[in-house]
Amino acid sequence: MSAATMNGTLVVAEHLQGKLRDVTRELVTAARGLGGPVAIAVIAPDPSQFDVNLEGVDEIVGVPVAQQEFENDVYQQALEALIAERHPDAVLLGFTVNSMGYGPAVAAKLGLGFASDVHGLAREGDAIVATRSFYGGKVDAELEFPAGRAVLLLVRPTAFPPAENGGSAATTQFAVDVQPSRARHLEFQEAPVGDVDITTADFLLSIGRGIGEQEAIPQFEQLAEKLGAILSVSRPLVDAGWMPNARQVGQSGKTVKPKVYLALGISGAVQHLAGMKTSETIIAVNTDPEAAIFKVAHFGAVADLFDVAEELEKLS
Amino acid sequence: MRIVVCVKQVAVLGDEVEFADDALDVDPDYLDFALNEWDSYATEEALRTRESLDADDDEIVVVSVGDPRAENAIRRCLAMGADRAIRVDRSGSADPITLARLLAPVVQREAPDLVFCGVQSSDAVQAATGTALAELLGLPRVAVVTRIEWDPGGARATVHRELEGGLVDVTEVNLPALLTIQTGINQPRYATLRAIKQAEQKEIEVVSPAEGGEPAFRVCRMFVPPREEGAQMLDGGPADIARRIREIIEERLK
Repeated sequence: MSAATMNGTLVVAEHLQGKLRDVTRELVTAARGLGGPVAIAVIAPDPSQFDVNLEGVDEIVGVPVAQQEFENDVYQQALEALIAERHPDAVLLGFTVNSMGYGPAVAAKLGLGFASDVHGLAREGDAIVATRSFYGGKVDAELEFPAGRAVLLLVRPTAFPPAENGGSAATTQFAVDVQPSRARHLEFQEAPVGDVDITTADFLLSIGRGIGEQEAIPQFEQLAEKLGAILSVSRPLVDAGWMPNARQVGQSGKTVKPKVYLALGISGAVQHLAGMKTSETIIAVNTDPEAAIFKVAHFGAVADLFDVAEELEKLS
Repeated sequence: MRIVVCVKQVAVLGDEVEFADDALDVDPDYLDFALNEWDSYATEEALRTRESLDADDDEIVVVSVGDPRAENAIRRCLAMGADRAIRVDRSGSADPITLARLLAPVVQREAPDLVFCGVQSSDAVQAATGTALAELLGLPRVAVVTRIEWDPGGARATVHRELEGGLVDVTEVNLPALLTIQTGINQPRYATLRAIKQAEQKEIEVVSPAEGGEPAFRVCRMFVPPREEGAQMLDGGPADIARRIREIIEERLK
């Protein structure tokens, strides 16, 4: 093992409203795959509040700061200090809204190798090779990074299995002098509660951008009722103001796991797939044979969704 | 107030894929080009900010890195109502850190009060250029913004950040600042035919790229990922497909 790899991988734990987020466990699994020691940093007023003694973690680094909730400058300063002190050869963060707010800033400032939405990770010799998608998830690419520099990667949630509890990590404290964040957290507001709870439905009829126009929605409300399904939607329909946020499936909406998920005209953006890919049975209809939704679907049909909807209506 | 909006012309891959001979990128013949969806929301938000703050000397400047073809995307923003545009003349795709390094000196020169970027681009989905650019400009930033409320005079903003699951983090930030704008924050306006014609006549300033430094990554191989097992395709016409779907639903809901 070279000197560079001896420094190992640093994972930054993510927490929100007092809870450790699932992606933290996944990052540990990804870090273990790289070989070398794995350290996990917990940035919080009381870092011991979060149990990150996960299998495969060698060291827990508590980084006490004044702020309980995420603020981007606080995390940036803490991570920069950790990198300066410990020289990890890889830093793994979740590809999450919080990490988007500081990870790229650290990479730009320190001149690190960088990529986000990474869903595959390997070490080839001394080099780290990351896999991520391009062009709407239709192609993948393997990336290599500048030699002799650390690499900072934002790893796609759910891409790696979660590490289990029961590690035997040593715990250390890392004192850092952090200036207050210029962007300041004030409060959280919960997502509005809707008239239906799509997370408890057995059967979701889910429609996306493919329906084309707002005028088409009543037709699918009717079809859902006939089929005995609850109607859910992908993000573009909420963005357009056609449907309420409570009906949205995906990373910024609801995570669903129905017995049947019937997707009409949904191409399958990563953020959408994250919210439905564990559904028991996924059926997808799309005109684009390369649509990413077909990668997670159990059954697929390349067809016009209106033609299929019309036929389904007749059968009901 | 001067608002700079950073926009990107994105590549859209159609139904078929072929790779360039070196297998490092898609053959450009298989790509269409468009204004990045997130950037149309960012441009709209700049226009609305100008309207709501209603100052005399407001100016909206669009900045983009790209080859001459990228001027199509830039002109869409001009047609929506941006005042001026600058294109950093560079061809080929670039990693987000490099893009931020190319944008930074041009944005800096404009001394903006506010910089808007889209959260991410649809072709690369790195969600990184805006945050990296804020760092290089020394600006405070807020990522993934779905709502902006201005203090009177516009010196401070209270913004909503959209976290996973729809949870909103209410954050305040003083200007100057950089915000990355999420889709759904507004409804981008359609440009009128007249505005589109006028935008065609506008001069776009072209500047040479600064030194981008060492790339943050290099593509060593690009490929079509294998489809995961189990995706059984249903053949036949719409009636056949509907019948099969109906059968599957009935069976799985038992």
